[in-house]
Amino acid sequence: MKRWLTVYAVGFFAFLHLPLLTLAVFSFNSSRFTVWERFSLDWYRAIFRDPQLIEATWNSTIVAIVATAISTVVGTLCAYGLWKRGSRLVTGTLYLSLVTPEIVTGISLLALFQWIFRWLHWHLGLYTVILAHVAFSIAYVVIVVSARLRTVSRSLEEAAMDLGANEWEAFFYVILPALGPGIVAAALLALTVSFDDFVITSMVAGVDSETLPMVIYAMARRGASPVINAISALVTVFFGIFVLISERIRES
Amino acid sequence: MKLRFWFILPTWVWLTGLFGAPFAIVLAYSFLTRGYYGGVVQPWTLENYQRLVDPLYLRILLRSFIMAFAATGLCLILAFPAAVFISRSAKHKHLYIQLVMLPFWTSFLVRTYAWLFLLRDTGLVNTVLQRVGIIHSPLPLLYNDGAVLLGLVYAYLPFMVLPIYATLERLDPSLPEAAADLGARPWATLLHVIVPLSRPGIVAGAVLVFIPCLGAYLTPDLLGGGRTVLVGNLVQAQFTTGRDWPFGSAVSMILMLLVTILVWAFLRRESEHLA
Repeated sequence: MKRWLTVYAVGFFAFLHLPLLTLAVFSFNSSRFTVWERFSLDWYRAIFRDPQLIEATWNSTIVAIVATAISTVVGTLCAYGLWKRGSRLVTGTLYLSLVTPEIVTGISLLALFQWIFRWLHWHLGLYTVILAHVAFSIAYVVIVVSARLRTVSRSLEEAAMDLGANEWEAFFYVILPALGPGIVAAALLALTVSFDDFVITSMVAGVDSETLPMVIYAMARRGASPVINAISALVTVFFGIFVLISERIRES
Repeated sequence: MKLRFWFILPTWVWLTGLFGAPFAIVLAYSFLTRGYYGGVVQPWTLENYQRLVDPLYLRILLRSFIMAFAATGLCLILAFPAAVFISRSAKHKHLYIQLVMLPFWTSFLVRTYAWLFLLRDTGLVNTVLQRVGIIHSPLPLLYNDGAVLLGLVYAYLPFMVLPIYATLERLDPSLPEAAADLGARPWATLLHVIVPLSRPGIVAGAVLVFIPCLGAYLTPDLLGGGRTVLVGNLVQAQFTTGRDWPFGSAVSMILMLLVTILVWAFLRRESEHLA
């Protein structure tokens, strides 16, 4: 049976990785068809000549950074609060927000914003995207930081307070440093989730606030194109570097 | 204790404002009427929910369920042997787990697009098959239920592998050994000892795969090419092209209800399991 399992495992990992690998390989193909002609970087050059793509990447980056910063702070504070004393209501709502189908989250946020705009004559824009991204990232941050908190001994905080620190000082100087790697991992997760989101973003983005996944989607809807392969390869490499960094930090 | 209140407050405000409030609005909309220009107006009505009984919509709901079931089943079949393989590996467990997680870390959109690229008429699969001479004209691999199913399985496979692997790791190795000592062949041990013992992992994995598949939107949209309409697409269409927000809201509420029931049943089972 062992041999069969090994053979199966090879097939399994091929199934998981070959599609993305092929995608990347053909981004270097000069032909737009899936027949290998010769090596070329034309499709990568095409990315940098496309102002729409550049702007969308810029938008995605702003959204991801701002949303990550907010959700990491808010989520870390919440995780610490829940560590002191749990709350079924908060935890339950966080989990519910996590299992809600993305499309339902998207339409309900759209409904909310449109309802508010009845009184305030604002429009959908990058700020609505950021608000939405923070809303769905907080749960991820709380979960990752909470997992790290479970490894922190409660006597650490008690010792700090016995030595004269107040609650806030104990948090800031003792607990927070111990959470470092967990917070970084949470932030990187929030960053990838935010940078990648399409479904919710497409519902709450304004006409002038297209993100990278929205542009990729629009191009993919028109059919496959080597330019998408090239962007996909870049995005994948980028994400890969992030994960490597986060793994390094978690191991240290 | 006061500090704890201030620490949880921002999350609470955010959750109330951007999860609770939108939910309340959609709930209210689901009982209202569609306006002449696509807005949401009074009177209050149950009509949106009654419309869901229409065979057309029931069929979409049923299709979504079948699709989610099929994807979950396929994921289970594909993931179980892989999880067994990883748990039996002596040296490279960590590496294999990372290999399973890696596609999960790359963009969901990119992973879905990869199949669009491979399965299209001029895609790699059709090109290779034509070159080899097995077929003469491209097979219609894309824009059908099969492509959607494949996309879902590919996207959520890691969610099935990890929980099964976690239970296999915790499994007492003396149990399969005992089975072997008592004369069970490897396959019998697998079927009668290992599979039943890894049920908690299987159930957890099934829930983790089933829920996102039930509400899937992007995969059926891209790989189904608009021909495979699932509940997620129905909701999206009502809020965009259809401009029937009250009906879309009602569908969303039903979808949320189904998901909540599933999660609730799972958590109850879990707590019974632990008790």
